[in-house]
Amino acid sequence: MSALPVFGKAGRQALLTPVLTNNPIGIQVLGICSALAITTRMDKALVMTAGVVLVTTLANIAVSLVRNRTPGSIRIIVQLSIIASLVIVFDQVLKAYLYELSLELSVFVGLIITNCIVMGRAEGFAMQNPPLLSALDGIGNGLGYGLVLMLTAFLREFLGAGKVFGFVVLPLAKDGGWYVPNGLMLIAPSGLFIIAGLIWLLKTVKPELQDKD
Amino acid sequence: MEHFLNLGIRAVFLENMALAYFLGMCSFLACSKKVDTALGLGAAVVFVQVLTVPLNNLILHHLLKEGALAWISPALAHADLTFLSFILFIGTIAAAVQVVEMTVEKFAPALYTTLGVFLPLIAVNCVILAGSLFMQERDYGFAESVVYGVGSGLGWAIAIVAMAAVREKMAYSNVPRGLRGLGITFVTAGLMSIAFMMFSGIQL
Repeated sequence: MSALPVFGKAGRQALLTPVLTNNPIGIQVLGICSALAITTRMDKALVMTAGVVLVTTLANIAVSLVRNRTPGSIRIIVQLSIIASLVIVFDQVLKAYLYELSLELSVFVGLIITNCIVMGRAEGFAMQNPPLLSALDGIGNGLGYGLVLMLTAFLREFLGAGKVFGFVVLPLAKDGGWYVPNGLMLIAPSGLFIIAGLIWLLKTVKPELQDKD
Repeated sequence: MEHFLNLGIRAVFLENMALAYFLGMCSFLACSKKVDTALGLGAAVVFVQVLTVPLNNLILHHLLKEGALAWISPALAHADLTFLSFILFIGTIAAAVQVVEMTVEKFAPALYTTLGVFLPLIAVNCVILAGSLFMQERDYGFAESVVYGVGSGLGWAIAIVAMAAVREKMAYSNVPRGLRGLGITFVTAGLMSIAFMMFSGIQL
């Protein structure tokens, strides 16, 4: 296959649409679980984004490579074992180099396996498309997921602890500063409200995405 | 006995899979439009959870843990295969879901038609995998894992049925355009989650 069409219109579309117009979290309703649980701090969200981008991209490539040799009846288990192997690698790397973070992320690294984005893109895109295009789709969806994740984490860390990436931006009142943190931002439900707000924003800017009923 | 009761209550209310850990959110949001479907899915999740958590517990303790393979040959006593837990757990879950699907189809066709498409989907529901991973992380024994499986499944089922009931009522309210559908569902789930936080601290 020539590399040309990949960087043409189809490639750009595969890479860019999932970032905004077809955002996995906001529009496709995929991969929400982890978006809520690990967005209290930006470094956690960043590691999670890296994991999902990597796993989605590599899984898309692998699934796409074997797509013509996979019998339809066992495709789910083939996809699952590819994804699970990739996640094991990511988990081991994380345990080796970022042990503290891996403890805090606990089960959520393992849950990338059942993150619907990975599975959904493997089943919905990589099964029908060539490897390079699937790779772009994987990166795009991973980034779309990451965008929502980082935005949510930024708001939660900034408003809830006055920090960005662990650096103090707003000095807290209890440490002699002036900012009284909003405790609501650190408890889990705030993630839901923030994402609801982001979806509202997205659907207001692009009215064609609104539900028709 | 009290220990197990406590564990069960914790799993159902305090550590509710859907409203405290936000697991299984995809199907929680997608399949909670009607109480009937929510009930069916909830029942299926409880069923699969009760089956897979103890099963994975056995796999963990007799195949994967350091020294667990000593019963095959003493040479394997130092083998630590816990890094394989992800792939084995998900394999068990996929296989269990398949078996459950076939059994239900054969012996309870009525239930099978009610659950329909949800049964195979459960294999990729994060609640199920999370149940097994929490079991591993917290080092539950076999009996504890049974209780935890029942409790976590039941908690999720209660949450999705409650959510569906709220959404059925919400069909009559006037929601801002951009917030319709997913947005307002998120807000509802957030409010329900705050309500569930009142359970924190309960202990027998």
